[in-house]
Amino acid sequence: MEFIDYYKILELTKNATDAEIKKAYRKLARKYHPDLNPNDAAAKLKFQQVNEANEVLSDLEKRKKYDEHGKDWKYADDAKRYQQQRPGQNRQRPTYSGEGFSGDFGGGDFSDFFESMFGGQSGRRGGQVKFRGQDITAELHLNIKDVYTTHKQTLTVNGKNIRLTIPAGVEHGQTIKIAGHGGEGVNGGPSGDLFISFSITNPTKFRREGHHLHTEVDLDLYTAVLGGEITVDTFEGKVKLVVKPETHNGQKVKLRGKGFPVYKIEGEFGDLFITWNVKIPAGLTDHEKELFRQLQKLRSDGK
Amino acid sequence: MKRNYSGNFKNSEVMENKQLIPLEQFCAHYHIEFAFIHSLHDYGLVEITTVEDIQYLKSEQLSELEKLIRLYYELEINMEGIDAINHLLQRMNELRQELGVLKNRLRLYED
Repeated sequence: MEFIDYYKILELTKNATDAEIKKAYRKLARKYHPDLNPNDAAAKLKFQQVNEANEVLSDLEKRKKYDEHGKDWKYADDAKRYQQQRPGQNRQRPTYSGEGFSGDFGGGDFSDFFESMFGGQSGRRGGQVKFRGQDITAELHLNIKDVYTTHKQTLTVNGKNIRLTIPAGVEHGQTIKIAGHGGEGVNGGPSGDLFISFSITNPTKFRREGHHLHTEVDLDLYTAVLGGEITVDTFEGKVKLVVKPETHNGQKVKLRGKGFPVYKIEGEFGDLFITWNVKIPAGLTDHEKELFRQLQKLRSDGK
Repeated sequence: MKRNYSGNFKNSEVMENKQLIPLEQFCAHYHIEFAFIHSLHDYGLVEITTVEDIQYLKSEQLSELEKLIRLYYELEINMEGIDAINHLLQRMNELRQELGVLKNRLRLYED
């Protein structure tokens, strides 16, 4: 637990007036407020620090105590006495502002330093309940094979089991909203929503781009030159493919409908793109070399 | 003025059906003026539904409305500012989604 310089957090000097504290707090709160910085954990943390700094510096008693014992908090034995002598003191809101931030952006998030000096939580947190339940975000880790088909899965969120239908074709990073499955509402208010973002790992040889898949397939030189048939893996099994004569290395073929399911369109699939990787034979025998030389000669003679 | 988001609403009082909240009750509960909601409506930031001369808010807008209330009353941002912020947040969200798609495409070439 380290000493926290609340003046530094609010970018003020120790001589700051109440008006300057208020002004600095408002400015920084606007800068880091979670409503204005969605999905930004760093801003949320900063906002909590700014709130905590304001909680202390805007309250005359707390500020005085902080100024006197702040740096020597380890020895401030009277911190406990202070609390005991002033039951309910920390239930008050900052004296000057009469207003605060009602959003519960993480809750229960005062530093150990704050709690060691002032104990418990501020009145702002403890006393304020909300009408609508909190939105909850959760991350669900799945394998790409899991999202190839629509399936049901039971999740435990906040101690409750939620049975979810996960549609085939969900993307990595995609977020879906499950209305009404967030935090419970207060005093009969509606529940918040549950937001699930998907983290999809792909250990297969198929690379995914939306609903299309890409893969590389080795092709022997002779089939590439003369054409032929080859069996290749698709995401859901093997298929036989006709290789055209004179197929180049790096050339692509498209297997229509053999890609990934299109999200929320039943029965529709993207395409599979195969890139041929022509393998040059290695460890040639003398006879083979001779035949290649003959081919080379034929080609150079005939231009 | 302190905005206390707590209240003593009962289910039946909050919503006569689950989708609509009477505007009057909403404003009384949040201690906000009708004019504020009407301004939001004028700026296209909230939808007001009128049924038999009674104005309602859709419950699905609650989360967004609470955010707008915080911006206006707590961060002291005026209506023009909220409107601009709302556009920027929407744009930010679109860009975030686009970034997600691009990151997924980039993964194609990372192997």
